[in-house]
Amino acid sequence: MQTSVSVRDLSLNFGSVKVLENLSLDVGQGEFLVLLGPSGCGKSTLLNCLAGLLDISAGQIFISGKNVTWEEPKDRGIGMVFQSYALYPQMTVERNLSFGLRVARMPAAEIAQRVQRASDILQIGPLLDRKPGQLSGGQRQRVAIGRALVRDVDVFLFDEPLSNLDAKLRAELRVEIKRLHQRLKNTMIYVTHDQIEAMTLADRIAIMRDGIIQQMDDPHTIYNKPVNLFVAGFIGSPPMNFLKGKLEAGSVKIDGTSVSLKGYDFTKSMEGADIVVGVRPEHIAIGEDSRKMPVTMEGDIEIVEPMGSDTIAWTKIGAQPLTFRAAAEIHLVPGQKVAFGFDPARVSVFDAASGVRV
Amino acid sequence: MTADTYAATGAQPAMAGTKADAATGPSGPRPKRISPGRIGIYCFLIIVAAFFCVPLYVMLVTSFKAMPEVREAHLFNLPREWTIDPWIKAWNSACTGRDCTGLAPGFLNSVKIAVPSVFISIIVASLNGYALTFWRYKGAEVLFNLLVFGAFVPYQVLVYPIIIGLREMHLFATLPGIIIVHTVFGMPILTLLFRNYYSSIPLEIFKAARIDGAGFWQTYFRVMLPLSVPITTVAVILQVTGIWNDFLFGLVFAGKDNIPMTLQLNNIVKTTFGTVEYDVNMAATILTALVPLAIYFISGKWFVRGIAAGAVKG
Amino acid sequence: MADLTVPVAGAAPPARRRRKIQFQAIIATIPMIGIAISVFFVAILFTIYWSFTKSGMFPGWVWVGLRQYEILWNTNNWQIAVSNIWFFGAMSLVINLIVGFLLAVFMDQNIRQESLFRSIFLYPFAMSLYVTGLAWQWILDPNLGLQVAVRSWGWTDFQFAPLGDPKQAMIGLILGGTWQGAGVTMAILLAGVRGVDQEIWKAAKIDGIPTWKTYLYIVIPMMRGAIATTLVLQLTGIIRTFDLVVSMTGGGPGIATWMPAMYVINAIQSKLNVGQGSAAATMMLAPIAVLLFIRAIVSWWNKRSAGMNVS
Repeated sequence: MQTSVSVRDLSLNFGSVKVLENLSLDVGQGEFLVLLGPSGCGKSTLLNCLAGLLDISAGQIFISGKNVTWEEPKDRGIGMVFQSYALYPQMTVERNLSFGLRVARMPAAEIAQRVQRASDILQIGPLLDRKPGQLSGGQRQRVAIGRALVRDVDVFLFDEPLSNLDAKLRAELRVEIKRLHQRLKNTMIYVTHDQIEAMTLADRIAIMRDGIIQQMDDPHTIYNKPVNLFVAGFIGSPPMNFLKGKLEAGSVKIDGTSVSLKGYDFTKSMEGADIVVGVRPEHIAIGEDSRKMPVTMEGDIEIVEPMGSDTIAWTKIGAQPLTFRAAAEIHLVPGQKVAFGFDPARVSVFDAASGVRV
Repeated sequence: MTADTYAATGAQPAMAGTKADAATGPSGPRPKRISPGRIGIYCFLIIVAAFFCVPLYVMLVTSFKAMPEVREAHLFNLPREWTIDPWIKAWNSACTGRDCTGLAPGFLNSVKIAVPSVFISIIVASLNGYALTFWRYKGAEVLFNLLVFGAFVPYQVLVYPIIIGLREMHLFATLPGIIIVHTVFGMPILTLLFRNYYSSIPLEIFKAARIDGAGFWQTYFRVMLPLSVPITTVAVILQVTGIWNDFLFGLVFAGKDNIPMTLQLNNIVKTTFGTVEYDVNMAATILTALVPLAIYFISGKWFVRGIAAGAVKG
Repeated sequence: MADLTVPVAGAAPPARRRRKIQFQAIIATIPMIGIAISVFFVAILFTIYWSFTKSGMFPGWVWVGLRQYEILWNTNNWQIAVSNIWFFGAMSLVINLIVGFLLAVFMDQNIRQESLFRSIFLYPFAMSLYVTGLAWQWILDPNLGLQVAVRSWGWTDFQFAPLGDPKQAMIGLILGGTWQGAGVTMAILLAGVRGVDQEIWKAAKIDGIPTWKTYLYIVIPMMRGAIATTLVLQLTGIIRTFDLVVSMTGGGPGIATWMPAMYVINAIQSKLNVGQGSAAATMMLAPIAVLLFIRAIVSWWNKRSAGMNVS
């Protein structure tokens, strides 16, 4: 795979505040990379650095094999889509698409052709004569994507493009962006704080926190093998259960319940250490099914949340809360005693002190 | 399935096929060049700033010169011999017609006029803004539009009818009379100010007060007034500055006993015995401008906010 | 019946309770209602009415039709005042807007010491127009001011003493007015410039649009509100122009810098001619009325076209 965007040892300081530190990153040609993290983690800042909208403090940026560290944004071969759409309000859609090309003195025929192509792809032909104020949020964002499209660039940058839309439109446009990526096969770097967007769109997800990439992997790996407690807790809804315990003779003691961790190499070297066992709510079986699980126990149901497609329920192991996901058909009531169990082979185990996966 | 292969955090190592020039190419922050454009920007700003400073500078240096030195006509030179006599004279012995009292009585009058006017107009305006924002009774909009209109009407249109009205009430050329005039003319803009401010308060706060059982006055005194400190500051600045700087109303409505400072300044400057005492005039001018200037430099940000808020009426 | 705080279930229909509270709101705003109606409505009607009467020293009720206006427009002072206000108004408006806008744009360039520059540009606004007039009158003094000072520096035939020359005195007024008011325009326009979504700037940068073109084609059209605000502020100020002229030129030399506002006050205070004063005042009201009328039409038009967009 050819590299499309690559970042070398990038740092960014605002005065004495280190926003990004020594960050390196490679994005393959045609890859869809999602930068995911809580607000203030530096993901948008990183994107702005890539676009050349922020001057970096140290490091290098390459786009399509060219060192663009000192290049102007327009010369970097990128298009960008913003959260607030950032359309020029007093220009028609057609003008919005073509303004940059006109300023660059491109021949009119070429401009017309590019606008035509973008409006075909995004199906905004009927809107070309309107002004942004007359468009719905979804239409505006489509135009904003079109403005990136006409630039005919290799790399698209998206800065939380769907965050201003309501839930339904967001889901629709998400699919459309995915379709667009499959059709154009451009490199796309996409910033979001929404884990659903990240999981559904990404070829790879980079999870950021405090200006540092915690983990960069495909969505499946991120979900099933989070490298640390932060990633494990950030991805998944309801979030992963974290059960604290002590490692004793190949088993972990969780508030009196002993769970065998046979088969894990680390058990010998970490004997006596505090660890955290992470169990996804959907990996917990209840009732009859729990008997098939290597680890089983019992607990009282405290709260039940029917979601329609399934049901989330709260219980406890000792004093530690535990949520699990049950099929919608299973009838659960608060106060009811249920048997539940899970397979230690599917859990994630973290060192309690460092939070790192072991 | 062991987990330790994923133990490493951070980015994956570089892929194959990346550039060989990684070490040599541009790196780090863009080199900063001082462009001619930026020099031009600073030149323009500094020249304009100098132009803006000149009058204050000239007034100051003139006011510290004695008249013989002023007559040498070196407008921009610093005084050779500094003297504060012009300031003393301007304050307590410059003549207006027969009286030689200086600006001091004018200063006192201005305070006597400004304090009650500011106080009354702000109370009335905040109450109006509150009522117009949260209790829109029938016809309130019409009244409000009338007030907006009042903010734009040239004062001269209203001067004579108000003279007649005040005369009927035996208030013309009295202290209460001019206080009323300032209160009235401050009301449109202040009401607008308060209404815009209250409109920016979440309606939920008002609703919560209602659900807690607070009525019209309780909501005003217990909920809205405590929230009004910033806008009241702006209103005070706006009103004090406006009243202090007023010339027209003082000229028409103040009467002989309540001549405000700006008008007193006018009387001093326009009274000449042979030669014009420019040093005294300039000292008097600065003295008159001192109160609003002090407010401006102390309040800084609030003053700007007041202008912006006042401008919202457009 | 005074207790509005304790809701009594079923005691009074909600509508009535609400009306009772609204009644209090009306009581609270009675000062405003009184002032708004008596001053900003009735008083204006009186002025307009007196302008059609023979009123002299005291207001009278003898209807003379348009006679006062005939006299007014045949008076040399008024004619000069009107042509002065047009010239002064147009020049001040344009110069103030250009200077204010340039300052706003330059202040927006991420400059050092922004707040210092801002304080300098804005402090004249804290001073009254009267004080402004005195300061500039002194600077422009033909015998002791700028002209002589510059000549003493070696530029011996330097000439700039507009206030002594009837043909140039207006320039002095415009200079003083701009000095006092350009900072406010700057402040309002700067707020307008800063109000533009930062992402618009980013988008323009990615599109490769030069800064000046971004200002010209994107930012200025987005600042219509701020520009309208400064225009309205300027216009109302210009029509009222009084203090500045009184202190700077006293209307002179001769009557070269008379303004309508001076005419009104002069008619009322010195000439004791209420009819003339009222007619002149009514004429001053006319441009405001026209502006408000235009505004009403524009808002009506906007509402109409907004309604059409929905369909």
